[in-house]
Amino acid sequence: MKTRGLYFSSYVLWLIFFVLAPVALILYQSFIGINGHFTIDNYENFFKVSAYLQMTFNSVLYAALITLITLLVSYPTAYFLTKTKYKQLWLMLVILPTWINILLKAYAFIGIFSQSGPANNFLEWIGLGSHQLLFTNASFMLVAAYIQLPFMILPIFNAIDDLDESLINVSHDLGANGFQTFWNVTFPLTLNGIKSGVQVVFIPSLSLFMLTRLIGGNKVITLGTAIEENFLVTQDWGMGSTIGVILIVTMILIMFLTGEKKRRRR
Amino acid sequence: MKKLNVMFFGIILICLALFTAEYELNKDSGGGKSDKVVNIFNWGDYIDPKLITKFEKQTGYKISYETFDSNEAMYTKIKQGGTSYDIAIPSDYMIQKMIQNHLLLRIDHKKLKGLSNIDSKFLNLSFDPENKYSLPYFWGTLGIIYNDKYVKASEVKHWNDLWNPQFKNSIMLIDGAREVMGLTLNSQGKSVNDTNANDLEAAYRKLKKLSPNVKAILADEIKVYMAQNESPIAVSYSGEAMEMMDDNKHLHYTIPSEGSNIWFDNMVIPKTAKNIKGAYAFLNFMLNPKNAAQNAEYVAYATPNGAAKKLLPKSMQRDKVMYPSNKTIAHLEVYDALSQKNLSKYNDLFLQFKMH
Repeated sequence: MKTRGLYFSSYVLWLIFFVLAPVALILYQSFIGINGHFTIDNYENFFKVSAYLQMTFNSVLYAALITLITLLVSYPTAYFLTKTKYKQLWLMLVILPTWINILLKAYAFIGIFSQSGPANNFLEWIGLGSHQLLFTNASFMLVAAYIQLPFMILPIFNAIDDLDESLINVSHDLGANGFQTFWNVTFPLTLNGIKSGVQVVFIPSLSLFMLTRLIGGNKVITLGTAIEENFLVTQDWGMGSTIGVILIVTMILIMFLTGEKKRRRR
Repeated sequence: MKKLNVMFFGIILICLALFTAEYELNKDSGGGKSDKVVNIFNWGDYIDPKLITKFEKQTGYKISYETFDSNEAMYTKIKQGGTSYDIAIPSDYMIQKMIQNHLLLRIDHKKLKGLSNIDSKFLNLSFDPENKYSLPYFWGTLGIIYNDKYVKASEVKHWNDLWNPQFKNSIMLIDGAREVMGLTLNSQGKSVNDTNANDLEAAYRKLKKLSPNVKAILADEIKVYMAQNESPIAVSYSGEAMEMMDDNKHLHYTIPSEGSNIWFDNMVIPKTAKNIKGAYAFLNFMLNPKNAAQNAEYVAYATPNGAAKKLLPKSMQRDKVMYPSNKTIAHLEVYDALSQKNLSKYNDLFLQFKMH
C-alpha cells in the first residue's frame, strides 16, 4: 500500500507540473494584452478578425480530411495485417517509419514531389506529363496522412486482433455472408480502436505547422502557423496563448463528440 | 512485475551511464574557468571555423560557440538570462530593440583596435547612432532571384513586375512579414518602415492580388528549390542568392531600383556578459582586415570592413550581388524596430495574405 502511494504521488506531481501548470499558464497568458494588462482583448480579437475564424475552420477541415484519409487506408490495412502469418513482423514494419524524425520524412517528400522528382518522372512515363505537386492541398494532406498512418493502424490492429474468432464463426454459422459479418460484427466491435485512432490522429493534425510550410508552402494555413507566428515573430504571447486555449477547447469538444457518437450507435 | 523492475532499473542505469559519459566528454573538451571562455551566440554557419581555432591560439581564450536561427529566438534567450553570452550577433532592428530594453553594454571605442577599417558607410546608422552598442559584422540586401531559362532580366526590374499575370504560380517568397509587406510598400513608393494605417491597408489590398503568382512562402528551403529549377522567381536575401547561384549558373540576383531593404548583422555585448575582456579581444580580432577577409570568403556575405574587402579575390570584390553600387545602396532602407502594436499589425496582415 505504501509503495502504491509512492508511485501515485510521482504520477500526481508529473500531472501538476507538466500538464496542469502549463495549461494554467497558457490560460493566464491568454488574458494578457499587448500592454501587459489583464484584458479579454485577445479573445475579442480572435472572434473579430475573420482571418482567425477562417483559420480555425481550415484547421478543423484539414484535420478531418487527414483523419478520414488515414482511416480509409488504415482499416483495411489493419484488417489484412491480422490475417497474415507473421503479423507482428508486418506490424513492426508499419510502425518503423515513426522511428524516423518527421522533418526527415518531410524533406524526403520534397525530393519525391519536386519538378524533377520520382513522382513527376512516373507521371511523365505514363504519359500524363509533369505537374506541380508540391505546395498543393493534396500533397499536404497526403504527407500528413502518411505521417499519421501508423498511429491509426496500431489501435485498429489491436482491436481487430483482440476480436474473439468464435464470434465470427458464429456469425457465419448463422448464415451471414462475409459483408454482413463484417458490418454487423467486426466493425461495431472494433469501433473502440477506430475511436482512439481518430483521436490520436485528429488532435495533433489540428495544429500541424512544419508541414504546412515545407509541403504546403504556407498556402495551407492552420492555427499552428498562427501560434508559431505569434510566439516567435510578433512575440505577442497573449494572442498566441489565446489561440492555444481555443485549440484546447476545440480538442475537448472533439473528444466529447467522438465519445457521444459511440454511445448513440450502441 | 519482476521483468518490469528489471527494465525500469535498466533504463535508469543507461541514463546514469549516459550522464557520466557526457560529463567526462565535457571535461575533456576544456570548459574550464569562465574568465578563460568567450561565449559567442551567432547564426548557424556564420563564421569560418578556422578563425575560431586561430583566435583560441592567439589569445589563449576558449570559444564556446552557440547558434540561433532567428533574431526573436536570440532575444528571448538573452532576455531570460540562463547562459551569459559575451558576444551576440543580431540584426539591425533587433539591436534597436535590445538597446531600448537595456539589454546591451556600451562598447568603449578606446579599447578597440582597427575601427577605422570599417567603411564609414556602415557606421553611425539609424538603429545604433555612433555605434555605441554594436559593430558591423556582415551586411546584405533583399532582392529578386530569377532563372534566365524562364525569365528575361528586363521582365523583373521592379517590384511591380512580380504582379505581372504571366508569372502565375511561379514566385517563391521569403516567409517574413517585414520583407513581404516592405516590398509591397516599396512598390507603392512608400517606405519599408511605413506605419500609417491607411498605407498598410492599401499595401495589403495590393498584396492580395499577388496571391495567384505566389507558388510558396518559405524560409531556407528556397535555396534548394531555386537550385533545382523548381521555380523561376524568388524573393530572398543576397547571401542566400549567392549560395543558390553557386549551385545553378542560370540564376541571377537583382535589386529593384525603387528601393529595398539593406540589413546588417552587428556584433554586440549583451548585458549578461561575464568575460568582457574576452569579448573585446574577439571584437578586435574580427576588426582585423585579414581575419574579416578570411571570414567573408568563407561565409560569402558582404563584409563592412573596407580594408578586408581589398584583400578579397578580385572577382568577389566586383560581385554586384554582394556589393551593389553606391547608387543602389542610396535607395535602400534599414528596418526600424516597430512598436509591438505595429509589429502585430504587419504580421496580422501578412497572415491574412498567406491565407488567400
